[in-house]
Amino acid sequence: MAGHKVEGKKRKIWRKRDIPLYIMAAPAVVLLLLFNYFPMGGLVLSFKKFNVSKGIFGSEWTGFQNFKFLFASTDAYVIVRNTLLYNVVFIAMGIVLALGMALLLSEIHSRRSAKVYQTIYMLPYFLSWAVVAIVVTAFLDRSKGFVNQIMLMLGREGLTNWYHELRIWPPLLVFLAAWKGVGYQTVLFLAVISGISGEYYEAAALDGASKLQQARYITLPHLRMIISINLIMAMGGIFHGDFGLFYTVTGNSGALYPVTNVIDTYIYNGLKTQANLGMTTAAGMFQSVVGFVFLLAANKIVNRIDPENALF
Amino acid sequence: MKNQKTRQINQISGKWNMIFHLVLILAVLIVILPVLLVVIISFSSTASINKAGYTFFPIEWSLEAYGYVLKMGEQIAASYIVTIAYSVLGTVLSLIVMSLYAYVLCQKDFWLRRALTWFVFFTMLFGGGLVPSYILNVRYYHLKDSFWILVLPGLVNASWVIILRTFIRTTIPEALMDSARIDGAGHFTVFLRIVCPLFKAGVGTIGLFGFVGRWNDWFTGMLYIQNPKLVPLQTLLTKIQNSVEFLKQNSQMASTPDGLRLLKSVPNENLIMACTVLVVVPVLFAYPFFQRYFVTGLTVGSIKE
Repeated sequence: MAGHKVEGKKRKIWRKRDIPLYIMAAPAVVLLLLFNYFPMGGLVLSFKKFNVSKGIFGSEWTGFQNFKFLFASTDAYVIVRNTLLYNVVFIAMGIVLALGMALLLSEIHSRRSAKVYQTIYMLPYFLSWAVVAIVVTAFLDRSKGFVNQIMLMLGREGLTNWYHELRIWPPLLVFLAAWKGVGYQTVLFLAVISGISGEYYEAAALDGASKLQQARYITLPHLRMIISINLIMAMGGIFHGDFGLFYTVTGNSGALYPVTNVIDTYIYNGLKTQANLGMTTAAGMFQSVVGFVFLLAANKIVNRIDPENALF
Repeated sequence: MKNQKTRQINQISGKWNMIFHLVLILAVLIVILPVLLVVIISFSSTASINKAGYTFFPIEWSLEAYGYVLKMGEQIAASYIVTIAYSVLGTVLSLIVMSLYAYVLCQKDFWLRRALTWFVFFTMLFGGGLVPSYILNVRYYHLKDSFWILVLPGLVNASWVIILRTFIRTTIPEALMDSARIDGAGHFTVFLRIVCPLFKAGVGTIGLFGFVGRWNDWFTGMLYIQNPKLVPLQTLLTKIQNSVEFLKQNSQMASTPDGLRLLKSVPNENLIMACTVLVVVPVLFAYPFFQRYFVTGLTVGSIKE
């Protein structure tokens, strides 16, 4: 390692020839301070009673009052449960489906069709949730939507307002998350699979290993790195609900809150109504801190089992 | 192909090949059909929609929705311009700022290198969240209803910086940079003459994702922009959509004179679908061309050294 050469000598801290480096780093440092680090400082608001005229720093301290209010409300339980449950299901579904699709794509004989399939699967990844929300209304709109039209044709009386029907949304949201995300993950996995040397498979085939055994003992181990990094990052995000999915796609329909309200939509709605910004910030702080702890824990676990694939 | 024979032994049988294709084609349909429905609605006439609702087989095809789009042209044109400016300027600035920083992170003998790596990496792990950012942006930086609120906050993305750093490190031989430095070239010269030219794949990937991310960003606009001249396309789409939904959800309001007037000013359904198609088309045409870039080092990699 080249870095080790320097270690013996004492490293000089200030050198004139490093000046360009300071200049090069400066724009990013300033931006990170303004838009990432100062907002972290703004989290003090969660220990204050926000007063619009006094601003963040002038407002009065209230200790843990905001957190007490937050956790005393029934919302807290619902939003934490929704956020966690959906994310766990999304993560598991994502990895399993993408893995399955990538294996199928890698096995079909025609490379060209695999390429075409892969291109099509990526498509939803490039649509915004705003667009997906409109695609969903094309199906679920009360008076014109495709689903109600079909139901009318089948002789069902009356139109269902799907944006009031609690029971369809959990499976629908899982479906949409998979619809939008699996293609991209599939392509990532497939890239790793196609990088595996064919000789492993040939040797295994000559020894009589079945396709399933090859997948289990050759393909999966090669995917470990990408899956574990995916998992660590996903763990860090497990307390973040996908705002676009839970807000635009559901039309922010209040009737659906029991199954669609997640921490992010709760915070957004709190910010919009400006009712209790201190408590809303407290929810954000809770989210950031728990997300951070989860990420550290996931990284630690991976570090223990498989140090090479840990993030840091 | 060498070993043609073993390859064939190891191939799945024709029957399984068929089954796999069937599953994969089913997935293609699941991906395509919903999007196709939106496209078809955008080409259906209003009369057809009123009679048969949204269907894959409209009674009457028509371009009238796109005619409406042209008529309400000013707003759409303004939004298109904002979105293009936001996407292009944001992506270019972001690439410049991030690659300069990534270059610094590659200087092994720079005493701040580790500190700077953690400085950017930490933002991936922890953040202040929506409310403090909103208050700072609005009250302290005065960025509400400003074009720059779209561009500035997203310029530095920690994971892209780490990826760029890995790119520089793996694609550009250190010896090359070192020898240029020994020949007396300054850091800026090395960056421009050596790093930038060798850097295309990395910039291609990150540029594409940065561009699409900005093109698709409806949230920033919804949160901060009220001035119609500055509303990005995606936000406009959400706003139109919300105004229609709002009226539908409050049907008693629609029967008041006020509500009726509002309802009439609300665009037809096929107009929304036409706008959607117009928002999506540029991205759909672009991404297949960039496909080869997708997987070039798209994992963050370890920040351990």
